[in-house]
Amino acid sequence: MIPLSWFLAVSAILFVIGFFGVLSRRNAIAILMGIELMLNAVNINVLAFWRYTQPENPAGLVWAIIVITVAAAEAAVGLALFIALYRLRTTVNIDEVDLLKG
Amino acid sequence: MVLQAIFILVALFTIGCALMVVLHRNLFISALFLIASFFGVAVIYVLLEAEFIAVAQILIYIGAIATLIVFAIMLSRGMMTGRTSPRNAQALWAGLGSVILGIALLYVVAYRVQWPVVQKDVPADAIARLGSALVGRYVIPFEVASVLLLAALIGAVMIAREKEV
Repeated sequence: MIPLSWFLAVSAILFVIGFFGVLSRRNAIAILMGIELMLNAVNINVLAFWRYTQPENPAGLVWAIIVITVAAAEAAVGLALFIALYRLRTTVNIDEVDLLKG
Repeated sequence: MVLQAIFILVALFTIGCALMVVLHRNLFISALFLIASFFGVAVIYVLLEAEFIAVAQILIYIGAIATLIVFAIMLSRGMMTGRTSPRNAQALWAGLGSVILGIALLYVVAYRVQWPVVQKDVPADAIARLGSALVGRYVIPFEVASVLLLAALIGAVMIAREKEV
């Protein structure tokens, strides 16, 4: 059987990669991709703990489904915002979007 | 032994694709690597014996979210080519912080905590249990999620539509 800590390690590495993507990219869509990577890492963690502590309890699976649902809603609204932003400013680079900067 | 080898291969594939997502200059190729990374995560779910979530991952992430991202990239064209740097001014500090956070997380995972693991098998009717839990004990989160999806659907249409004036 695969040790639990392997799953947690993969999840941690994936989370950190997504974190770096969110912090370092200029393009808003690339930032969204980083967020999706982080959500995937969280889901691996949730399912690993479900599998290795309470596999008979469906709460872990329900939790993972809710996370996927929220990720889908977040991606839809986020991309709609970026398209509206592109119409307004013809850019989706977040460091060029400074309408609210005093 | 075989399972461990498969896991290591899939994990390396997933992490490599994820690295390409955040490092590649061309946004479109980044999106393609993101799809490959989602596939790797789905295989990890299968290794965790969460088959339903693995199928949901392929349907929702690859079928819906990745398609949406590719659409958004194409609608905001001109951003795909690396004319300017894809990274912002704080990329160096972000990389440093991410590496430190990663080392800290791996240290905690590997050495600090003794996880209370039980050797139990997933019940054969796990998906049936999940279904009855979704309409039984967890019916409120289930309904809230459906309202959230409806709100996101209407909101996305309202935000992204052309204003007819």
